[in-house]
Amino acid sequence: MTTAIEVTGISKQFVLRHTRSLKEAFIWLIKGRKGDLSEKFHALRDVDLVVEQGETVALLGFNGSGKSTLLKHISGVMIPDSGTVRTRGKVAGLIEVGAGFHHDLSGRDNVYLNGAILGMTEEQINERFQSIIDFAEIGQFIDTEVKFYSSGMYLRLAFSVAVHTNPEVFLVDEILAVGDEPFQQKCIAKIQELAAEGRTLVVVSHDLDLVSRICSRGVVLDHGHVTFDGSIHDAVAKLRGA
Amino acid sequence: MYRQRFLLKLLVRKELKVRYRGSVLGIIWSYVKPGVQFIVFYVALGVFLGLEQSSTNKSGLPNYAIYLFSGIILINFFTEALGNASRSIVGNGGLIKKIYLPRQLFPVASVWVSAVHFFPQLLILVVACLFSDWHPSFLQLLAAVAGFIIIALLATGLGLLFGAANVYFRDSENFVDMLLMIATWASPVMYSWTMVQHKLGEAWYSIYQVNPITIAVETFHYAFWLPTTDGSAGIPPHLLSLWIPVGLLVSAAVLVWGQLTFRRLEGRFAQEL
Repeated sequence: MTTAIEVTGISKQFVLRHTRSLKEAFIWLIKGRKGDLSEKFHALRDVDLVVEQGETVALLGFNGSGKSTLLKHISGVMIPDSGTVRTRGKVAGLIEVGAGFHHDLSGRDNVYLNGAILGMTEEQINERFQSIIDFAEIGQFIDTEVKFYSSGMYLRLAFSVAVHTNPEVFLVDEILAVGDEPFQQKCIAKIQELAAEGRTLVVVSHDLDLVSRICSRGVVLDHGHVTFDGSIHDAVAKLRGA
Repeated sequence: MYRQRFLLKLLVRKELKVRYRGSVLGIIWSYVKPGVQFIVFYVALGVFLGLEQSSTNKSGLPNYAIYLFSGIILINFFTEALGNASRSIVGNGGLIKKIYLPRQLFPVASVWVSAVHFFPQLLILVVACLFSDWHPSFLQLLAAVAGFIIIALLATGLGLLFGAANVYFRDSENFVDMLLMIATWASPVMYSWTMVQHKLGEAWYSIYQVNPITIAVETFHYAFWLPTTDGSAGIPPHLLSLWIPVGLLVSAAVLVWGQLTFRRLEGRFAQEL
């Protein structure tokens, strides 16, 4: 088996309070430099994670445990303070559905724009265009501006573009609550299909029942540390017990 | 950058579509604004302050309208390109925070959008020139191309620089606004370069002349305005042999500087936005 994602000892510090204005810095000086101008906290602390190709991994944990930050490091949006992140093949992130959508453009324009943002070439989009709108069940609304779409249509189209990017590594953050029940089933089926094809999947979600259906491995994070790494059922049990 | 040209094309097209959404005049605003600006300057400076040559005012510039307009469109290109490029990173923050993509594309796309707005204005200038008995030489047209390249490189370089700085300090965009106000007056757009030479003397004039925008504006005068006059006004000495290469070099250096700074700063964009 080849390794798809290799995260070695990464740490990330965030600055909590920014004081950039001269006024605040001046007041701080007058008051005799009490306290720190900026407060820092560790979002990730020495995290190691190796994901083999074809694995389906769920990142679990409570709010603020560092799941999304870790996902952003894997996608390359953030760069760690220390440690390394290495990925093999094309990584596509559904970090947030519709991040690349523009409200004033038509559905068609948005498919092209978002597809290109997610790394597709023009030929690939042309080729998969019909399949994208079929999957999204958008039909004749494809030339309407997306600001007139219902929230369900919007999410369906965004999800559809993302699954058609055909990445080797697929990152999903909290977006499985897409659309109505039948469409949600369709999305889950699509994700399971991708997993069956041997794609690597990393999912962040609070929906424990859902992730235990999709993923086989669970990684629990707590305050920036990995506290558990094992089968999804044990991970869910640990989180529920805690 | 070359591999991403499809995405760049789509970003430029998006900007063009979105710019004047919901307005009745749409893209016509791109002409109305410089047109009105031109009329205001022409009346105030050309007529009231006497920069235009006429039978009662022999010391003015002949064909001042063309002199003014050829400079204004170039300055407008620069102003729009740099202003938008400086705001592009913060403006697209939502995307940059969530999806990894080459971030240089945003400032570069802003410059492209401005270039798209620039060309129809250039067309109007050419039509105006043709009505004024324009007979340019090949060399003069080539100089105008060089002038355009100088401005495009400079705007991209400064756009990368201030766009990246703007993520950390929002003062950056205000600083750029101030810079753009100065840029309009620090090059011979409204007045003649000979006035600067008379007031400042040779040494200071050379410093004035190092500004790439000054050089670019002079190339446009050389290409569009000079061939519509009897040619007696002349161009700054050594424009072709010395100043155009200097302008290209300065702009290229600014672009490299902008690129390097951008690379150094972009690692922390996602968390700072």
